[in-house]
Amino acid sequence: MPSQWCPNPRVFPDSGRFCVPLWLSDITCFERRLRVGVYWAIAVRSFRRFSTYRIATASGAFTNTVFGFILCGIYLTLWHERPGLGGYDTADALTFVWLQQGLLMPVGIWGATTTGELGERVRSGEIAVDLYRPTHLLLWWLSVDLGRAMFQLLVRGGAPLLVGALVFDLKFPSTPQAWLGVAAGVFLAILVSFGIRYLVALSGFWITDTRGMEQLALVLSTFFSGMILPLVVFPGAIGAIARATPWAATMQVPIDIWLGRNPGGTGSALLFQLGWIVVLLLGAQLVTSVATRKVVIQGG
Amino acid sequence: MPVIELADVSRAFTVTSRSGLRRTRREVRAVDGMTFSVEPGEVMGYIGPNGAGKSTTIKMLTGILVPSGGSIRVAGVDPSRHRLKLARRIGVVFGQRTTLWWDLPLKDSFAVLQKMYDVPLARHRENLATFVELLDLRDLLDVPVRQLSLGQRMRGDIAAALLHDPEIVYLDEPTIGLDVISKARLREFLAQVNAERRTTIILTTHDLDDIEALCTRVMVIDHGHQIFDGTLDGLKSSQSAPRTLVVDLAASLPAIEVAGATVVKVDGPRQHLTFPTSTSAAPLLAQIAANYPLVDLSVSEPTIESVITQLYNSA
Repeated sequence: MPSQWCPNPRVFPDSGRFCVPLWLSDITCFERRLRVGVYWAIAVRSFRRFSTYRIATASGAFTNTVFGFILCGIYLTLWHERPGLGGYDTADALTFVWLQQGLLMPVGIWGATTTGELGERVRSGEIAVDLYRPTHLLLWWLSVDLGRAMFQLLVRGGAPLLVGALVFDLKFPSTPQAWLGVAAGVFLAILVSFGIRYLVALSGFWITDTRGMEQLALVLSTFFSGMILPLVVFPGAIGAIARATPWAATMQVPIDIWLGRNPGGTGSALLFQLGWIVVLLLGAQLVTSVATRKVVIQGG
Repeated sequence: MPVIELADVSRAFTVTSRSGLRRTRREVRAVDGMTFSVEPGEVMGYIGPNGAGKSTTIKMLTGILVPSGGSIRVAGVDPSRHRLKLARRIGVVFGQRTTLWWDLPLKDSFAVLQKMYDVPLARHRENLATFVELLDLRDLLDVPVRQLSLGQRMRGDIAAALLHDPEIVYLDEPTIGLDVISKARLREFLAQVNAERRTTIILTTHDLDDIEALCTRVMVIDHGHQIFDGTLDGLKSSQSAPRTLVVDLAASLPAIEVAGATVVKVDGPRQHLTFPTSTSAAPLLAQIAANYPLVDLSVSEPTIESVITQLYNSA
């Protein structure tokens, strides 16, 4: 057997004399050697899978572009009336619009096909099939989601931004370090968003009808990510709270990294995202263990 | 040494039903006191009516369900405690579900499996070549799974479940919805895999032809209890399902009278008689030939369907 799986046989011998309870053994069960190869292979297949939906991709990118123009009209009016609103100048506001349209699908602000399918599998009980695989549920779906996000970032992210840049005078990062910060910020934004979507999908283990949960997640995500208005325009306590939520880390923060407008600089913005990732992914792993135990012990 | 061992295994579920404001909890035993073992290389048919406890047993054997009582060992380990470890040594096929990547060519699914099960590349290529040959998959490797017919997809799923040389394969209705030719081809393939690789196969099915073609052993369960465990011939002779004798007479006659057999149907000059499996047909024929104008005749054995129906009813 090339890689070992816990419980470590020396610590938890199979004799039954020294065994930890099942629920604990599953939570403490990690691969000793993470097999990166399989998760990479999964992400690559997921990327390829999304690349087969050509017409959907093209029409989606077109829709993003149309909405970009509509929002530019609104934002131009708003920043004409209130110049310097939220510390943004007009170029910042317009760049915000096109980045927002470009990030909408890759980050999965309104949900994504992958985590949507996960929720469906939980509802139908088909999730049991996933437990037959010698892979971790969380890592499997994370790989699937990253493959999707990378494809959508390249195609759905790039196209609207290109059109926007041709029509308007947009801001772009100027140094290689700034581009690196943007790349890191977008990647972390996808992870934060995945953490939230994964938890919503797994709520189906406890709630029979998860539509209410999904609606709530949609509303929260739309507002707190900065989809309606950049979070910088909200004053006082509301603004402070909005900018501290995990949804802020999915869109407002990476856009601010692009614009170079983070109050504490790029480093603190990335740390803020990382903090939420740790919380969400630890929560996700805990929920996965408990949900698996629920299936295994209670029978679904 | 048995590859699968169950000792007094049971599984209960709590069912909550609500009538008005009152909530009642009730315990349902899906599997009760199951004890059996399977030797490496056996092909066991696992049959029973819907809700008999078949999938509950399979889930416990694969470790995704913990038994409420008794003990299970599969390939030397406790399945629920070592689910991930065991997952590398077993293969599972659900006839009505697919584990293949729906929108991608079949070969992509196989490539992921090689990584997933850490199959050495040379071994993977060898296995793939064998299965492509035996299951006639050559022209399908580049076709997206969603474009495959049911029979083609099923062949893909079976190959996917066997690529990592599992010791045990669980097949849940693998031939459901397939045409006669696809079924025959699949059975032939499974028989060959079992013979050449000594793969233990556990087959749940409602298609009794699968059992006749493949299984060296049959287990029948109902209401969570084993009601039969043995060979197919043993199953047939365990029940006193009657044999049928069809005689063609020279003319249409009223129901004939034969000691030891009863007429169940008169159809012009043709009459259908039944007689117990335990009695010989020869004396009956002598009687009929002596007393009636016999033209032609045929004797048929009880069908496996009738045997099993009788078994369910008597349990």
